[in-house]
Amino acid sequence: MLKNRIIPILLLKNGRCVKGRQFGNYRDTGAPVTAAKIYDAQRVDELMFLDILASVERRSVLLDIVTETAKECFMPLTVGGGVKTIEDMKILLAAGADKVSINTAAVEDPDFIKEAATYFGSANIVVSIDYKQNNDGSRQVYTHGGTKATGKDPLVWAGEVASLGAGEIVLTSIDREGMMLGYDLEFIKIITSALMIPVIAHGGAGTLADLKQGIVEGGASGVATASIFHFTDQSPIKARWFLKDNGVNVRL
Amino acid sequence: MKVVVIDYGMGNLHSVSKALETAGAEVLVSNRSGDLEMAEGIVLPGVGSFVQGMKHLVGLDLIDKLYQEVIIKKKPFLGICLGMQLAAKTGEEGGSVNGLGWIDAKVIRFDFQSNEYKVPHMGWDDVKFVGVSPLFAGLDSPATLYFVHSYHFVPADRKIVTGVCDYGDEFVVSVSKDNIHLFQFHPEKSQAKGLKILANFIDMYRNKE
Repeated sequence: MLKNRIIPILLLKNGRCVKGRQFGNYRDTGAPVTAAKIYDAQRVDELMFLDILASVERRSVLLDIVTETAKECFMPLTVGGGVKTIEDMKILLAAGADKVSINTAAVEDPDFIKEAATYFGSANIVVSIDYKQNNDGSRQVYTHGGTKATGKDPLVWAGEVASLGAGEIVLTSIDREGMMLGYDLEFIKIITSALMIPVIAHGGAGTLADLKQGIVEGGASGVATASIFHFTDQSPIKARWFLKDNGVNVRL
Repeated sequence: MKVVVIDYGMGNLHSVSKALETAGAEVLVSNRSGDLEMAEGIVLPGVGSFVQGMKHLVGLDLIDKLYQEVIIKKKPFLGICLGMQLAAKTGEEGGSVNGLGWIDAKVIRFDFQSNEYKVPHMGWDDVKFVGVSPLFAGLDSPATLYFVHSYHFVPADRKIVTGVCDYGDEFVVSVSKDNIHLFQFHPEKSQAKGLKILANFIDMYRNKE
């Protein structure tokens, strides 16, 4: 039976790991390749690198990190940050990424998703959707690292993304990111019920029980987290056993 | 064993090469026909679309060369994910497309009525071994291995099947026919178990030298 995944996210800024709150207030949390090796030793299901400042000039830093990681870590890697072209994706995949995540570029040109899926196959295309709750309680998609409102409804956008050929969605609640108060379960449930493709829940997990709820109540195929493993004494190993003991189908 | 990992622009060459090296092979990433002639084993990795994969192999003029080395000279061949699928007769992606045609098989998309089973089939799943393949020596069945694919391989001859997985229905994830070995899962991403499988592949042929 397909296992639910626990996915640590490493946010990168200028070649270092950082962790923040609500897409700001970043603080340094260490060297990315070292962190990746530790997660590999803990046999995590998958690792995600997201470069929050990635731009063309900085691409080589991200590329070096992926290359170095893939030399020694034989685990699934998803990589994102500033990916705008098929060429960008080719380079990351060749360096050792298994899936490439696109975000802003997908919103700016939805056909890019289709183009990428046609070229690489859907299975390797992840679309990250970052959203905030509006004052009236509705939700809105943001791009450019959470700084630019798009006017898009994340539920509608998720459906569009899936029909354009994305193979997976990483759904991030900006409001909850780094707050460690739990996932936006209600909305995760709406998205996972509506879509045929896997959805990874991200933003807000603070306890192992939150991870469980993301899967059991939210219906997520996997749960992504940065804060738990950085700022608490929980490790992916403890997380696995906790989920297993609570009846969640995970890889031991 | 000197292994050539075929560089045909379809992703993830680095991981496959590093994993094969770790498993004990001498690895060259190449698409040159001279290198294929010198190789003792050939690995076709790849992620992506069937149509693009075939297009690239045709564009690099590798179809006849591969046939020569794998089918005529019977060099050990390992196809991973898209590399497995391309060995089939046909792929049903955007109409029916011809593959390398080495194995009587077709490649079809997962087709589920409900969204209980998401497509792509993405993540870690249990592989049940069928029969006794030396490629899985030292592993317990089922073994949890990493997958990322929307299409799967359906061989006409069930006797070549060495591994299956249950996702909605049972589907084939591993076949071996003579010198041709094909995996739908990614050994190069399946941590210790994956490396063991790659080491088994290398040992299988090292012993015959």
